Amino acid sequence: MVEFNLPANSRVGVGKTVNAAQGAKRAKTFRIYRWNPDDGQNPRVDTFIVDLDKFGPMILDAIIYIKNNLDSTLTFRRSCREGICGSCAMNIDGTNTLACLKAIEDIPGDVGIYPLPHMPVVKDLVPDLKHIYAQLASIKPWLQSQSPAPPDRERLQSPEDRAKLDGLYECILCFCCSTSCPSYWWNGDRYLGPSILLQAYRWIVDSRDEMTGERLDNLEDPFRLYRCHTIMNCTKACPKGLNPAKAIAEIKKLMVARR
Amino acid sequence: MANGSSRPLSPHLQVYRFQWTMALSITHRITGVGLTIGTLLITWWLVAAAAGPDAFATAQGFIGSWFGMLLMFGWTWALFFHLANGIRHLVWDAGYAFELQNAERGAYIVAIASIVLTLLAWIIGLIAW
Repeated sequence: MVEFNLPANSRVGVGKTVNAAQGAKRAKTFRIYRWNPDDGQNPRVDTFIVDLDKFGPMILDAIIYIKNNLDSTLTFRRSCREGICGSCAMNIDGTNTLACLKAIEDIPGDVGIYPLPHMPVVKDLVPDLKHIYAQLASIKPWLQSQSPAPPDRERLQSPEDRAKLDGLYECILCFCCSTSCPSYWWNGDRYLGPSILLQAYRWIVDSRDEMTGERLDNLEDPFRLYRCHTIMNCTKACPKGLNPAKAIAEIKKLMVARR
Repeated sequence: MANGSSRPLSPHLQVYRFQWTMALSITHRITGVGLTIGTLLITWWLVAAAAGPDAFATAQGFIGSWFGMLLMFGWTWALFFHLANGIRHLVWDAGYAFELQNAERGAYIVAIASIVLTLLAWIIGLIAW
């Protein structure tokens, strides 16, 4: 359902301000979304003014610095700090990206940091991904075949067939794309969204997979696939430079071609 | 996404940065609705023409008034925008122009084409009138 306004329990208030930039040559203001499940309050935005000379160049460096030095309750996911795990996906300066790949100096003015949009919040910058993981499971993201594997070797693939997976296999499932998509905001309960559809296409187009027809049957649905209206926010948001909109278009083309 | 728990919903439209491609998408839908309403106006005009001179004079008087002309001007733009963006969607449906640069270029072409075609139609219309 389209609901432009946030529900009453989700409206964002003003939080505290922590100024830790006394005497700083390069001060920067971070406004960070906070929500604590234990205090019964609405979400709020806390302001941290920090000295950029105290930590590294990326947004992730800044929030780790804030957690270590200014407010240890600040909660976020992070792991690899090099754009391969997808944990630190969040809304930074208005668009979804990975905190570890986003340079602070690329953002003029204050830096606003929010959780991935239109998701239930577990705490602070941590969204609940249960539903989207269930959607991923629904497309069976693994190789399915009926013919037995060769006894002495792997299932082989020609270089041309392998090349079809380029731009698809690199997806790290950070969900920056799905949570940037207005269609997914309004219909995320039934629409699979760009990340899951890109994954679906990754297995549809794999020459070794033998369940292509079943996979397409599963997507042939007004909501699961066809809520994509080519808004293109997904492709703009992808921190890995992939093109979910194109992958979805290829699925739509296959749907037409098999009629 | 409804979650049935006490968890808040993270901000979406409230924080997401304006994107050209996103704006064109919603404008496509709004112009589609506008065109449907505009068609009612044209239908009224045609029915009035069939109903007789008095009815036609009333309809013509409204459409020919400054307010009617303003509506017609908006309707013309909506028509050309929806047409141009519809062609952009056809190109997409064929699997082309998904690269970010081309998608944004397409957005600019559609915006400019809709304005140019609207002005052109009105200039030709007013000269012929």
